[in-house]
Amino acid sequence: MALDSPELSVSIGNWQLQNPIMTASGTFGYGEEFADFVDLDSLGGMVLKGISLFPKNGNPPPRVVETSCGMLNAIGLENVGIDKFINEKLPRVSRYKSAIVVNILGDSIDEYRELAQRLNDTDIDAIEVNISCPNVKKGGVAFGTDHKMAYEVTRVVRQSCSKPVIMKLTPNVTDIAAIAQAVEEGGADAVSLINTLLGMAIDVKTRRPRLANTVGGLSGPAIKPVALRMVWQVARKVSIPVIGIGGITTVEDVVEFLLAGASAVQVGTANLVNPQTSGQLVEELADYLKSNNMASVHELIGAMEV
Amino acid sequence: MSKAQKIQFQIDAHIVDSQCANDICTLVLQAPEIARTAVSGQFIMVATGDEKSHDPLLRRPFSISQCANGTIGLVYKVVGRGTKLLSKMTAGQKVNLVGPLGKGFKLHSQKKHYLVGGGMGIAPLPFLAATLREKFPDDPIAVLLGARNRDELICLDDFEEIDNITVACATDDGSVGYHGLVPDLLPGKINGTVYCCGPWPMMKAVAAISRQRGAACQVSLETMMACGMGACVGCAIQGVDFIENGYLHVCKDGPIFEAEKIWL
Repeated sequence: MALDSPELSVSIGNWQLQNPIMTASGTFGYGEEFADFVDLDSLGGMVLKGISLFPKNGNPPPRVVETSCGMLNAIGLENVGIDKFINEKLPRVSRYKSAIVVNILGDSIDEYRELAQRLNDTDIDAIEVNISCPNVKKGGVAFGTDHKMAYEVTRVVRQSCSKPVIMKLTPNVTDIAAIAQAVEEGGADAVSLINTLLGMAIDVKTRRPRLANTVGGLSGPAIKPVALRMVWQVARKVSIPVIGIGGITTVEDVVEFLLAGASAVQVGTANLVNPQTSGQLVEELADYLKSNNMASVHELIGAMEV
Repeated sequence: MSKAQKIQFQIDAHIVDSQCANDICTLVLQAPEIARTAVSGQFIMVATGDEKSHDPLLRRPFSISQCANGTIGLVYKVVGRGTKLLSKMTAGQKVNLVGPLGKGFKLHSQKKHYLVGGGMGIAPLPFLAATLREKFPDDPIAVLLGARNRDELICLDDFEEIDNITVACATDDGSVGYHGLVPDLLPGKINGTVYCCGPWPMMKAVAAISRQRGAACQVSLETMMACGMGACVGCAIQGVDFIENGYLHVCKDGPIFEAEKIWL
């Protein structure tokens, strides 16, 4: 009977997820770190730490600072690089049933192309493209803040692989829906949003910034209302699925994002606070649907009443 | 779950005892899973706020000070909102823990073990002393403790329960023991391994003295940390091989490091 086990699966284009709960890149390591806390067979997807063509050391410390109901980070995209990732990290999580999504980041269009080509030969389920990084060749302007560059990255990644392509959008723009439309036109299968909001914090005793990088990305429950608003704005403007990200901690947060028009969500900072969160949310979403007499999660998607 | 044996846990632990005096607190927690797998030098992440409040959002890392009979003990100083909230909790209440985390001390039999602690850095040493006594019943242990004053000289009673151990103290104000800094208490000839936890300059001094006198030294480091389990990589520090291998991470590569891997 349907009500005993509500339908949790959602589709991103032709790609079927067993449920809409994913983990956000940069908050779930390379997956295996969470094996003691989460049933890694149970998630909709695991989005692994962003990978570049070559290893990155990241920013000097301090890299993280707590703020009201949130945190700032300036990790600087530290990662092992694509070679070590494919040879060492990927084999350790491939055996799990949760879909594997690899987040990629580049300093040029060519790097994005090469990363997509390399990953196309692996058994991962999808590619998420971080376009918040600066374009070194174009004077350091982030790909994700210019709709022409965002379009171009999407088009190149789309042509370089046959995996589903998710474009991860930065909220640090005037009109996020315009960027979403540009990447849809470029051939994206989905958009995920929001990445962190640019922020900073100062130590008033020393008068120095709390992060060595001075500025960093704000995440956690503090950003949820902004994220929810942006998901709603984007979902109304594009026909591809939207994956909602931003301060999700409870099943009510998940439901809010679904109501706003997200087809799936990513849990981010909450993984760092409570490593069991993602697995618990899968169970709690099923319970929520049951206790509200819903047969399918689809009854929630975009169902906000105005 | 496909993984056979869990080594890390997230649990609601009952508070067995919670005491504070002059902003220095001890907390004893019923945490059998963590107590069973923990080794000395490891730490736990403690949720200090109300689960629903999101503020403070992040857990706080604490080294394990005592570990016996299914309980773990912490010693901490009230320094901010998180520790303030924790200090208000009382026996019978529950607190959520993640752990045990990180790499502990590396232990081998020695002619002597030198445990050097400064301020709140003394906290992990009782668990280390008890472990050493259990593993190497005949190895002498010398404990050298430093603090600003008598009130901040923590854990003194914990060492008294251990056999074949000497304890020497140094205070900045001379209220207990030697009037000066704890590195001065290290003997001219060090016959074994030095284990050190305390303020960064003190650890650096102890590491330098150990190196000059040909002794191995392990240090316990602390940084800002969001997750404590290698996911956020926020707790980066530069080791001596930074150019070749990039940053080390206190939560996963440490918190215990060989001193010569951090400082030359």
